[in-house]
Amino acid sequence: MTQTASRPGTGALKPLPLDVEAIRADFPILSRTVRDGKKLVYLDSGATSQKPRSVLDAEREFYERYNAAPHRGAHALAEEATGHYEAARATIGAFIGAPEREIVFTRNSTESINLVAYALSNAATAKDPAFREYAVGQGDEIVVSEMEHHANLVPWQQLCERTGATLRWLGLTDDGRLDLSDLATVVNERTKLVAITQQSNILGTINPLGEIIARAREVGALVLVDGAQSVPHQPVDVTELGADFLVFSGHKMLGPTGIGVLWGRYEVLDKLPPFMTGGSMIEVVRMEGSTFAAPPQRFEAGVPMTAQAIGLAAAVEYLQALGMDRVEEHEKLLTGYALEKLAEIPGVTVIGPQDTVARGGAISFTVEGIHPHDVGQVLDDHGIAVRVGHHCAWPVVRRYGVPATTRATFYVHTGYDDIDALADGIRAAQKFFGTV
Amino acid sequence: MQLESMYQEIILDHYKNPHGRGLREPFEAEVHHVNPTCGDEVTLRVHLGSDAAGEPILSDVSYEGMGCSISQASISAMYDLVLGKSVHEALAAGDDFMTLMQAKGDPAVAEKLEDSLEDAVAFAGVSKYPARIKCALMSWMALKDASARALSTTTAQATHPTAPAGGTP
Repeated sequence: MTQTASRPGTGALKPLPLDVEAIRADFPILSRTVRDGKKLVYLDSGATSQKPRSVLDAEREFYERYNAAPHRGAHALAEEATGHYEAARATIGAFIGAPEREIVFTRNSTESINLVAYALSNAATAKDPAFREYAVGQGDEIVVSEMEHHANLVPWQQLCERTGATLRWLGLTDDGRLDLSDLATVVNERTKLVAITQQSNILGTINPLGEIIARAREVGALVLVDGAQSVPHQPVDVTELGADFLVFSGHKMLGPTGIGVLWGRYEVLDKLPPFMTGGSMIEVVRMEGSTFAAPPQRFEAGVPMTAQAIGLAAAVEYLQALGMDRVEEHEKLLTGYALEKLAEIPGVTVIGPQDTVARGGAISFTVEGIHPHDVGQVLDDHGIAVRVGHHCAWPVVRRYGVPATTRATFYVHTGYDDIDALADGIRAAQKFFGTV
Repeated sequence: MQLESMYQEIILDHYKNPHGRGLREPFEAEVHHVNPTCGDEVTLRVHLGSDAAGEPILSDVSYEGMGCSISQASISAMYDLVLGKSVHEALAAGDDFMTLMQAKGDPAVAEKLEDSLEDAVAFAGVSKYPARIKCALMSWMALKDASARALSTTTAQATHPTAPAGGTP
């Protein structure tokens, strides 16, 4: 609560629930400068988040004290490594209300989604009939939405190509929401799986998953929720969610790169054949063929990302200490402030919901007469890091008739001052390109 | 502010008032190139003629595109540079432009290439920003591609005089 609670001319600002100055001190990278000594204003957490010291320390401690391959060998280090790796699974599971046996470690959300997509096509050719229940084939349908990140779109397009299934999708409304008017026809008896994002990485929209999941349940379809942009920013509990799968990435929630999570309901995971095969995912191996371990090990072939899993557990503990309710409230206040500040600048258009109702902190915008890359370049010159381009959601920018956008995203270390810097930077871009 | 080193006045002029823009006929090849990471796009056509010695020349290069100032200005500057040149000379200029983009802002490289690249040498500052190099290169890649296709089309026509003339969309 060290933020200035009011500033002249703009009326009272609600104090932020998180102590931004104290949090910034936990992130070594935030003290560096960029581009000839400019203070770094990091507004690209939606692409990847920065890491607090406790996460870096956890990884370092693993390598310095108990580095070994978990689930192999019986020496002291192997035991300790296994213990810490499995403790990380329990910590991360508890964070989303799941038992540890339902947590599969992957490389990131993208790999988690591919794991499910390949398991569904592998099911069609599985030798063991126990693995065929969720097989996808000709006549089946997979449903996504038009606002999906490429990671939750391309794997399903590919699954359909491999199996002869058909891809269908829910469209978008002009104000950046899902168009659910044809939900009952798009999700139908032929639907095998609905894959949908909880929070759009480009529009910021938070989707009404309850309604979609209820419809999927009516027709007996599986539901996969892309939580890459929601799990880092709002409380998510899988028992309340009611889906079958939830995927998220460690690096977007203060954790290391190279670690992601697939949560799956155990009854479903148990009936899925493996995606990747090899060491440590097996039960018995003979030259003639092999049988597989129970989940989650069935889906974790090879020596796992041990240090990264332990780092992610440290990130989860950091977020838990802040409180996900407060993280969510913090970002809501920042989002409201940013929408207000951007609305004050002539020529700036926000693509996506214009208020904070069912909206997260990803704010995509265009500046009249200046291409997003050029906006981003001027911001960069001021030390402000934002994302430019189509944000791996090309159909979305196409839907809204823009070539690309500039996107600012917030996190626990973001304060009102960062948003003021953004607004000043946009004005500087307008001045530089002579559009005002 | 380092911005001016990249956004030279000449680049901004090409961006605001592009030369040769618009798709024209006739043409022997049309290509569409994109920058998958950012969504910059160009559709580019080439129309070949031949000089007195029978060397293929670029009689017209026409285009439509959208994208950032660097990507769009680069097409316009390239148009000025290659129009009426032989395909061989144009591709050599493309190689020079590639060298410029790999120069990491080294002024000595830019100085050496000034004669061959004309206005396009103003893009030297872009080579200091690795993320923007592909924006500047997109038009040159499209030209190289379209020229190769046009040459193979016209060669095919020369060998098979009955082959239909005109575009290959």
